[in-house]
This record gives sequence, C-alpha cells and structure tokens, in this order.
Amino acid sequence: MPVWEIIGPVMVGPSSSHTAGAAHIGRIVRMCWGGEIKKAALYMRGSFASTGAGHGTDKALVAGLMGMRPDDPGIRRAFGLAREAGLEFEFHTEEVAGAHPNSVRIVVTGEGRAMEAVGYSIGGGAVMLHKLDGFQVDISCALPAVIIMNRDVQGVVSAVTSYLSAHGVNIATMKLHRDSRGGLATMVIELDPAGADVDAEVMRNMHPGIVRVIKIEGED
Amino acid sequence: MLKAVEKIVALAEEKKISFPEAVIILDSKDSGIEAKEIRARMAERLADMRRSVKEACANEIPCRIEAPMGAKLRAHGGGMAGEFIAAASATAMEVASYNAVMGRIVAAPTAGSCGIIPGMIFAWEFFRGGGKDTDELLTGALITAGAVGEVTAFRATLAGADGGCQAECGAAAAMGSAALVYLEGGSPPACAHAAAMTFKSVLGLVCDPVGGLVECPCIKRNGILVANGVLCADMALAGIESAIPLDEVIDSMGQIGRMMAPALRETSQGGLAVTQAAAEIVKRIGETGKLGG
Repeated sequence: MPVWEIIGPVMVGPSSSHTAGAAHIGRIVRMCWGGEIKKAALYMRGSFASTGAGHGTDKALVAGLMGMRPDDPGIRRAFGLAREAGLEFEFHTEEVAGAHPNSVRIVVTGEGRAMEAVGYSIGGGAVMLHKLDGFQVDISCALPAVIIMNRDVQGVVSAVTSYLSAHGVNIATMKLHRDSRGGLATMVIELDPAGADVDAEVMRNMHPGIVRVIKIEGED
Repeated sequence: MLKAVEKIVALAEEKKISFPEAVIILDSKDSGIEAKEIRARMAERLADMRRSVKEACANEIPCRIEAPMGAKLRAHGGGMAGEFIAAASATAMEVASYNAVMGRIVAAPTAGSCGIIPGMIFAWEFFRGGGKDTDELLTGALITAGAVGEVTAFRATLAGADGGCQAECGAAAAMGSAALVYLEGGSPPACAHAAAMTFKSVLGLVCDPVGGLVECPCIKRNGILVANGVLCADMALAGIESAIPLDEVIDSMGQIGRMMAPALRETSQGGLAVTQAAAEIVKRIGETGKLGG
C-alpha cells in the first residue's frame, strides 16, 4: 500500500474495517444491482454481526446500498435517509463455517428479480466482492471491473475481449467460471483504470449468449 | 512497495535529499505514478485532515462511554507536560472522539488511531511553524509518516486485530515521531531513530476495547501516545539513537503481535474490556444498539 493509502482513506468512523469497508460493500452491491434498491435483506456474519451495531456497520451497509461513499457524512443518518428514499431493509445474523469474520450476505429483491451477493471487509477500508448469485467472483473492486454472465457457448469470451480491445481498454485480470458445461458461465474481468469506459448495455447485446453485464467502478 | 526504512534512509543520504523526497522517488518508481501526482494526493490528505480537526473541535455529539476530554486538557494549560504535548494530545483526543461518533476523519494509519498524527503535526504548525506557509512542509511530513506506515504494513501489520494497539496507535505515534523530526529539520537517520524509539515504548500494547466500541481506552491512547512520539522526536533530534534499527523494531512488533493472545487483539475478551468496571459501563450505556436500529 503506497503512502497515499496509508494516510487514508478519508472515511466516516469509527472503524475502517467495520464502517468504511461496510459502506464500500453496500455501494458495490448497488452497482451490481444496477439501479435503485428498494428492498434488501442483510445477513451479518462473524465480527460484523457481533460489533455491527456498535460500529455502525449496519448504517454503513444501508448507506452504501443507497450509493453513499465511505466518507459521506450522511452515513450517520442512513436509516432515516433510507426510510425517506423508500428503501426497505432488514437485518439478520447467520453463522457460516469458514466465512470471513467481516462478511455479509445481501439479498436484493424488486422489479421481478432477485440478486444475492456476499462481500467481506479485509481491513483499511478494502473489501472483496466474494460471490454474486452463487458464482465466486473474488475481486477487490479497487480496479474497475466488468462481470459478464452468459450461457456457456462458443464465442462469448472472444466477443467480450474484442470489444475491450476495440475500445482501448486494457485487461488487468480475467477469471472464467462455469457451473456446468453448456450451463451458465461467468467472466470476471478487472480493467486498468486508464480509459476504462465500457458500455454495459452495448456489451450485453454483443453476443446472444450474454445474459447480463455488470459494470463496477473502481476506486478513484 | 516500501519494504525497509533503511532503504529510504540510504537513498536520502546517497542523493543528499530529505526523507520524504527519497520516499517519493521510491514510491513513484514502484507505482508508476509521477512525483507531482503523489505530492498532490498527499496535499489533499492534509486538507482532509485539517477539515477533520476543525469538525472534531466543533463536534457536540457525545460519545457513548467517554466524556469530552480535549477541552478539559486545554483548559488545564501546559501543566508539567508542556503546551506542545497538551495541545497535541487534546487535538488527538478530539479527533478520536469524533471518529467514535461516526465523524469524518482520515485513517492514519487506521480510524482507531486517527487522532495522533493530526494532533502532532498541527501542534507543530501552531507552536513551531513560525507563521510561514507550512502546507508544503506538512505534506512532506505526511509522506514521511506514510512511509514508516507503509514499511510497517509490509513487515508487520497495521491492524489491531493482528498486532494489538502496538500496530495502530503505536504505529501512528511512531509515524508522527518521524514526521516531527523531518519538520524540525532533522536528518533522515534521525527520523528513523525517532520512530524506532517510539515503537519500542509501545511493544506489547494490547487492543482491549470496552464494549467493542472505539472509545475506551482508544481515545485516551490517542492522546497519551502523542507524548511518546513527541519525546522520541526530541530525543532523536538531540542525537540519541536507537540501538536496534527501525526495521528490526518493526519486525519485533509484528512478532510480538503474533504471540499475543487473540483475547488481547481487538476481541474485547481480555484486558480492560473484561474488568468489573467495563461490565458496569456496558450495563450503564445499555445494549450498544440492535442491528438495524
């Protein structure tokens, strides 16, 4: 971590792992949902569950779901702001063997669809988006990223990488998973920040096998 | 990634430049980010710190456990510790209290220790800055502090859960100590000695927060460890050297952290967190809220 990250982040307290990290996770989940979140169920695990109220982890998560960044003074009033914005939320705790001590599973519903994400806070405000709708994603979201969900058919990887190449976007890391041959697959691509402007809608229409494209902003 | 303070000091001595200038050369090479851009980012952090101090001093939201302490210490005057330390500690405690009530602060290196570096550098500006334009100097101070933190993150840890309070408030004080030496015009080796001596004074320091909040003893540790850092800076400027070099002291801090029982590493299961008084405090403040409010 370079000096400008050691002195930093600018954040709402009291804890970089339990407050700033939580806000970050909430915000990433909102990016994955791709719109206003009206209903969310949050399942807290480990240390998030035990110190979550005292450290404002719950407020920070809700604030993030509304798009607030970790340094937004509105975090303190997140519950009130959520009610005003019509965001319904409920908190639960759950025990999951082997889960990271600072993790949360968030289920978002609305518009006739549902999405489940698992994120964890690794310290200093840094986070990992661990799972999205059952797929292991494991990205830190420090770099901009794009997640493509598609039917496992030929040509999808090539269509995506051609698009990126044509738009001068450099790939930093790339992971491919599939749940079964010919089933559903996920591409998780982290991009170099310079010039990483991708159009999720255009990408979704690039190949008939592509079901969903999620764009994640990196950290500024 | 800066992995050894001795590398920074060696470069500084070789090129006859300051500690922060050497840091910038190394961090720039490593990250590909230009020196000018690094300085600009650190100048922004300085501005963010100023803002957090201003907001903290004006903050009226009370903590759940601790009563306000900064104003009381200021009212007491310099006392025996002297005006510089009293002012630096008061500011540190005000910023740490502001953090505890979800105020906006700069983690430096962490939120739990966020009061220490601003306390130290702004006291320097007030008492020793000579009314000059100090922004550039203070930016250099933050770079110096950041570099000591970067090496500590690499060789040991900056997390209370891994290294106890040695790694948070201890590191912040050591980082601030190096920064003060730079501000006073001390040599790069003296910056390292100050940080080494500060770290030595906190080896074994546990993280045992009452009720799992970031208030007791956290806020006071912010205020108190400022004194360690300031004194060690004076000692280094007086020519006193640490017999064990900084990088090895940092390694020791990491080793001691790993040997520390988990009950003493941010779990509130040992130390002050399990005293009779702590139990009564937790009962008095009621349940620290239910998830979801």
